[in-house]
Amino acid sequence: MNAIPLNFFLLVAAVLFAIGVAGVLVRRNALVILMSIELMLNAVNLTFITFAAKWQALDGQLFVFFIMAVAAAEVAVGLAVIISVFRLRGTVHVDEINLLKG
Amino acid sequence: MFDLVWLIPLFPLLGLIINALTGWKSAGVRPGVIASAAVGLSFAAAVALFFELLRLPAADRLVEVPLFKWIAAGALSTEIAFQIDPLSMVMILVVTGVSFIIHIYAIGYMHGDRGFNRFFIFLNLFVFAMLILVTANNFLMMFIGWEGVGLCSYLLIGFWYQDDYNAYAGRKAFVVNRIGDFGFLLAIFLIYATFRTLDFTEVFSQAAAMPIGAGVLTAIALLLFVGAAGKSAQLPLYVWLPDAMAGPTPVSALIHAATMVTAGVYMVARANVIYTLAPTAAAVVAIVGALTALYAATIGLTQFDIKRVLAYSTISQLGYMFIGVGVGAFAAGIFHLMTHAFFKALLFMAAGSVMHAMSNQTDMRIMGGLRTKMPRTFWTMLIGTLAIAGIPGFSGFFSKDEILWQAWSGAHGAPWLWLIGAVAAALTTFYMFRLIFMTFFGTLRADDKTAHHLHESPGVMTWPLIILAVLSLIGGYVGIPAVLGGSNHFEHFLAPVFAASAELRGVAAHGGAEGHATGHSLELLLMGIVLVLVLFSLWLAWRYYGRKSDLPARTAARLGGAYRLVFNKYYVDEFYDAVIARPLHRISESALWRFIDVRIIDGSINGTAALIGAGARALSALQTGVVQNYALAFVFGVIALLVYLFV
Repeated sequence: MNAIPLNFFLLVAAVLFAIGVAGVLVRRNALVILMSIELMLNAVNLTFITFAAKWQALDGQLFVFFIMAVAAAEVAVGLAVIISVFRLRGTVHVDEINLLKG
Repeated sequence: MFDLVWLIPLFPLLGLIINALTGWKSAGVRPGVIASAAVGLSFAAAVALFFELLRLPAADRLVEVPLFKWIAAGALSTEIAFQIDPLSMVMILVVTGVSFIIHIYAIGYMHGDRGFNRFFIFLNLFVFAMLILVTANNFLMMFIGWEGVGLCSYLLIGFWYQDDYNAYAGRKAFVVNRIGDFGFLLAIFLIYATFRTLDFTEVFSQAAAMPIGAGVLTAIALLLFVGAAGKSAQLPLYVWLPDAMAGPTPVSALIHAATMVTAGVYMVARANVIYTLAPTAAAVVAIVGALTALYAATIGLTQFDIKRVLAYSTISQLGYMFIGVGVGAFAAGIFHLMTHAFFKALLFMAAGSVMHAMSNQTDMRIMGGLRTKMPRTFWTMLIGTLAIAGIPGFSGFFSKDEILWQAWSGAHGAPWLWLIGAVAAALTTFYMFRLIFMTFFGTLRADDKTAHHLHESPGVMTWPLIILAVLSLIGGYVGIPAVLGGSNHFEHFLAPVFAASAELRGVAAHGGAEGHATGHSLELLLMGIVLVLVLFSLWLAWRYYGRKSDLPARTAARLGGAYRLVFNKYYVDEFYDAVIARPLHRISESALWRFIDVRIIDGSINGTAALIGAGARALSALQTGVVQNYALAFVFGVIALLVYLFV
C-alpha cells in the first residue's frame, strides 16, 4: 500500500472526473451522459477512500457508501426518465430535447 | 355618569355598524328603525347628561373625560377626550334631538328607495362625526369630526349619484369645503406652533395671557374663520350650499340646515377667547356675516325652487349667527343656532313633504293652493315661517332680536351692522311668505297627473313636523331677554363658557344685570322698528304673491338688469367658473395631466418597465434549452470558484 504514493490515487481520480465532465459536456446521448455522471461520482468516491486510508478515519468510507446508494437511486430514476422521454419524443439526444428556452 | 359620555357618539356608530353588516338583506324599513333607535338612545343619554351637568354649580360646569391617548410624538400629545360644558351640551342636545326627529321623518321620506339602507348608514355616520366635532376637547379631534361631517355631506349630496348633476353638486361641496378646511388646518398648525398644545383649555388659558390684538392671534382667528366660512357657507365660500340641495330633503334638513353648517358658528364660539383678543378678526367675522345675511336674502327673493329659497335662507341665517359671534355676543349666536335648527329643519322637512306630494317637483311656479290638500304640512310650515320671520312669540323672534340688539350695542357692535341685519330680516320675511303664498295659496298650477297624485304625507313624516313646529314655537322661551321681563336662562346657562372672554373685555359688557334704562328703551325701540319692517314686508309679500296679480312680473320688468343680476345669483358661480374653475381645469389638463402626469410620471414608470423588459429579452437568450450549455456554465463556475479560493 505504501508503495504507491497518495498523489497517484488522486491523479487517477482527477483524470476520471475530468473524463466524466467531458462526457457530460460533449456527448449527445443521454445514456452516455448518465454513465459519465457515474464516472464523476466514482472519481469522487476514489478520492474519499484515498483520504480515508491516509488519515485512518472511517468517515470517508462512510460517505462512499452513501454516494453509491444515492447513485443507484439516481440511475434508477434517470433511466426511467430517459425511457419516458424516448417514448414521448422518439430520441434520447439531449440537444434535441430543448423545448424549455427563453 | 360623565365617564359614560362616550356612549353618546357610540350609539350611532353601533347603528351604522349593524346596518352595514346586516342591512343589505332587509328589504323593509328595519335599517331606518335601527338607525333612528340608535340616535334616539344618543338623545336619551344626552338628556341624562344634561341633567347631570345642571346639578353641578355653574362655575364647575366643565368636565373633561379622557378616553385614551391618541397621538404622542415628541412634544405633541393629543388625546381622544370629550369636553362637556354648557356650549357642547347645547350642541349635543340640538344635534341628537333634531337628528332623531329627522331620522324618523326619513323613514317615511326614503321609503322604497333602493339605497334605503345606505342612506341610514351615511346618516348615522354623520351623527357620529358631528358628535365627535362638538364634544372634542382639542382642535385635532374637532378636525376629525369636521372632516367626517364633510365626508358625509359629500356622500349624501351625491346620494342619487346616478344623476350626473347630483354627483357634480357633491363634488362641488367637497372641493369648496377643502378650501375652508385648508384654512382650518393652517390655523391648527399655527396654534400648535404658538402654544405647543392643541387642547382647548390650555390653548385658551395661554391665549388669555397674551395682549389684545396680538398678530398671531389675529392670524389664528382669521384662519379659523376661513374654515368656518367654508363649512358654514359664508361669503365667499357659500356657493356649494345651494347646489347641495341636490341631496335628499332629510339631508338638506339635517346637514345643510340644522347641524353641519352651524359647525363654523360653534367653532367661533368655542374659540371665543381668541376672537375676543383679536378684535380685527372678530370684526371681519361680523362684517362677513352681515354681508352674507343681506346678500343671500336678496337672492332668496327671486328663486323659484322651493329648496333653493330655503338654502339661501339658511346662508342668510348663518350670516346672522356670525354677526352674533362676531360682535362678541356668543350666547346670542348659539341661541339663534338652536332656534334656527328647529325652524329650518322644520321648513326643509315641510318642503320635502310638499315635494313628496308634488311628485318630487320643486318649482313653486307650478304649486299653489296646497293649503287645503295638505293641512298638516301647511300649518307646520306656517309656524316655521313665522318663526324665521321673527314674529313675536315665535322662537326666531327672541334669537334674532337678541342678535340685532347685540349688533347695535355689543362689544364690537355698530348701528350699521344692525341696519343690515334689520333689512335682511325684512327680506327674510318677504321671501319666506312669498314661498308660503306661492305654495299654499291661490290655485294649483300643476298638470293633471301631479294634481291627481296630491296627498298629505303619512304620519311618520307629519309627526316629526308637528314636534318641530312645537319646538319652533316654544324654543325661544328659554332665552327671553331682560327687556321683555325674562331672565335669559339660555345666556346664563352658557355664561361660564364665555366668562373668560367677558373678563378679558374688562366689563360684563353684554347681557347680565347692567340693563340701564336708556339701553332698555333703545332696545325696545329697535325691536319695534324691526317688527314694523317685518310686518310691512309681510304685507308686501301678500300684495305681490298672496293674490293673483301681475305685480311680480311688472316689478321684475321695471328693475330689468338688477332683477336679472339677482335672479342669476349675481353670476357668482359663473364668475368662479371663469376665474378659478376653468383656468384650473385648463392648467390641470395641459400641464398637470398631459405633461406632468403623462410625460413625467407615466413616462418614468413606463420607462422603468421598458428597461426591465429589454433587459429580460436580452438575458433570455441565455436560456437555450440545451442542458449541456448550462452544465458548461456550471463547470466554468466551479473552475472560477476554485481559482478564486486557491490561487
